[in-house]
Amino acid sequence: MPTITFVRPDGERIAVEAGNTESVMLAAVGRQVAGILGECGGSMTCATCHVFVAPEWLDRLPPMSAAEDELLDATATERGHNSRLSCQIPLSEALDGLVVELPEMQI
Amino acid sequence: MTKTADGDHADVLIVGAGQAGLQAALSLREEGFAGSIRLVGEEPMLPYQRPPLSKGFVQGTASADSLVLRPRSLLDELRVDIHCDARATAIDRARQELVLLDGRRLAYGHLVLATGSRARRWNGPGAELDGIMYLRSMTDAAALKERLGQACNVVVVGAGFIGLEFASVVAKAGLAVNVVEAADRPMARCVTPTMSALFRQWHEEAGIAMHFGARLAAIEGKAGQVAGVRLDDDRLLPADIVLIGIGGIANDELAAQAGLAVDSGVVVDELLLTEDPAISAIGDCASHPNVFAGARMRVESVQNAIDQGRTVAARLAGKPLPYRAVPWFWSDQGSLKLQMAGLVAQTDRLIEIGSRHERRFSLLAFRDGVFAGAETVNRPADNMLARRILAKPVPLGFAEAEAAGFDLKALAAAAPA
Ligand SMILES: Cc1cc2nc3c(=O)[nH]c(=O)nc-3n(C[C@H](O)[C@H](O)[C@H](O)COP(=O)(O)OP(=O)(O)OC[C@H]3O[C@@H](n4cnc5c(N)ncnc54)[C@H](O)[C@@H]3O)c2cc1C
Ligand code: FES
Repeated sequence: MPTITFVRPDGERIAVEAGNTESVMLAAVGRQVAGILGECGGSMTCATCHVFVAPEWLDRLPPMSAAEDELLDATATERGHNSRLSCQIPLSEALDGLVVELPEMQI
Repeated sequence: MTKTADGDHADVLIVGAGQAGLQAALSLREEGFAGSIRLVGEEPMLPYQRPPLSKGFVQGTASADSLVLRPRSLLDELRVDIHCDARATAIDRARQELVLLDGRRLAYGHLVLATGSRARRWNGPGAELDGIMYLRSMTDAAALKERLGQACNVVVVGAGFIGLEFASVVAKAGLAVNVVEAADRPMARCVTPTMSALFRQWHEEAGIAMHFGARLAAIEGKAGQVAGVRLDDDRLLPADIVLIGIGGIANDELAAQAGLAVDSGVVVDELLLTEDPAISAIGDCASHPNVFAGARMRVESVQNAIDQGRTVAARLAGKPLPYRAVPWFWSDQGSLKLQMAGLVAQTDRLIEIGSRHERRFSLLAFRDGVFAGAETVNRPADNMLARRILAKPVPLGFAEAEAAGFDLKALAAAAPA
């Protein structure tokens, strides 16, 4: 069961045991992690699941699609080089220990 | 105030455990509401999202489990007392009690109606035939998916979002599909004629046969099974599945029988409150004054369900605010991701950005010189930016948009004039 750590803008760290959920977004909303809304349920329509991935993890994630890249251009908190939509990061054991930062705003 | 739903009383009782009802419960806790919350729903499973039912789920790329919105463990942790398989049959307003089918009576401090909508049925000739399907619930979708495995010819009645999404899945699977629509264009109530024309062309290119201005005379059968759809010009379209997608009807009977006003939906004010100060209504079932429409309306969308759930929760937690959320919607039809922000059906000027030939473009719609919304195809960022522009307190004028070269990113970032 991979454990994922969400770091809030104020530095607070929230560790979530992801269980058998299918994406990082679902792991977060399944524990009501404030700061991940996931309004569209992973349909790549809302960008309310934006995260900044810890640099050492960036290359270990599956690559992003053109649509994800485009949607990241319109996030409520300006994207960084390490931005991803957490609904597009499928969970696996390989992600055990993943650290992502939450943006200031999702809407 | 009690902390957990105590015996038969709950401080907030939500009937209908769907997208809106669940959101109300979650948002109540986010707002710091400490009272007891009970969520009652007639379906056997935990609240789930419906959009994938007509897309990935029927196609076989999304499992039933993946549609569940929140795990039970979270509901337990948040002390949301959920009852599945529990259908409400009446509201006793005098005693502030909800009556269930099994006779139980659940007392409430406040009642939230979140009963959603159901599919409009075909009641004409042939309505009893096996093979006439609807697509609203997980149960409907599972039955449809199973039948699709043995089908050759599919007829979809209604060229709305659900019908076209399903038709796209069917065409992709290589089956013959005919879409029958009474109006003269697809999605006529919700999108611009320009967008309708393009979708018609694209769907026809994908092998979907479309029939507009066409009315059903009867559904014909053989040995109790659907065999075809007879149109009023006497044409017969062969079918072993007929999906009826002719719109939704609000589940407003509980309210009506309790003497509350209904008008194709439970009538609420801008706070989403009915005339009974102890009863609110949200989501698909609520007929509410919509500031973007400038009229009372009922909206069937995830956005509306979520934002109304939040609005009612904030009020019950002591922060009353009128419902003013920007409408947005999406519909994935094959490889076409159609999105809307604002309400664009009644607009008088359209500006096109992007490339329709590459099927990546947006239509910016203006009404009376003011930005009213956007329709986008495979341009998800434009949808987000349009929503942000529409959420501003000052509307965006045409001249200002033109001066900025219709650059949505710049316009979204600009401070209100
Ligand atoms: C196939 C399909 C595809 C869709 N696709 C999209 C899309 O792409 N994008 C989008 O934005 N929206 C889409 N929608 C619309 C969206 O799913 C709905 O607007 C949303 O689910 C409404 O939430 P709700 O809570 O009001 O109703 P629902 O989610 O329908 O929940 C209402 C619940 O109340 C229950 N109920 C009703 N009466 C009673 C009673 N008397 N007692 C107990 N329980 C009761 C119902 O069984 C149901 O479980 C789609 C809908 C469908 C059906
Ligand atoms: S949940 Fe909507 S884009 Fe990720």
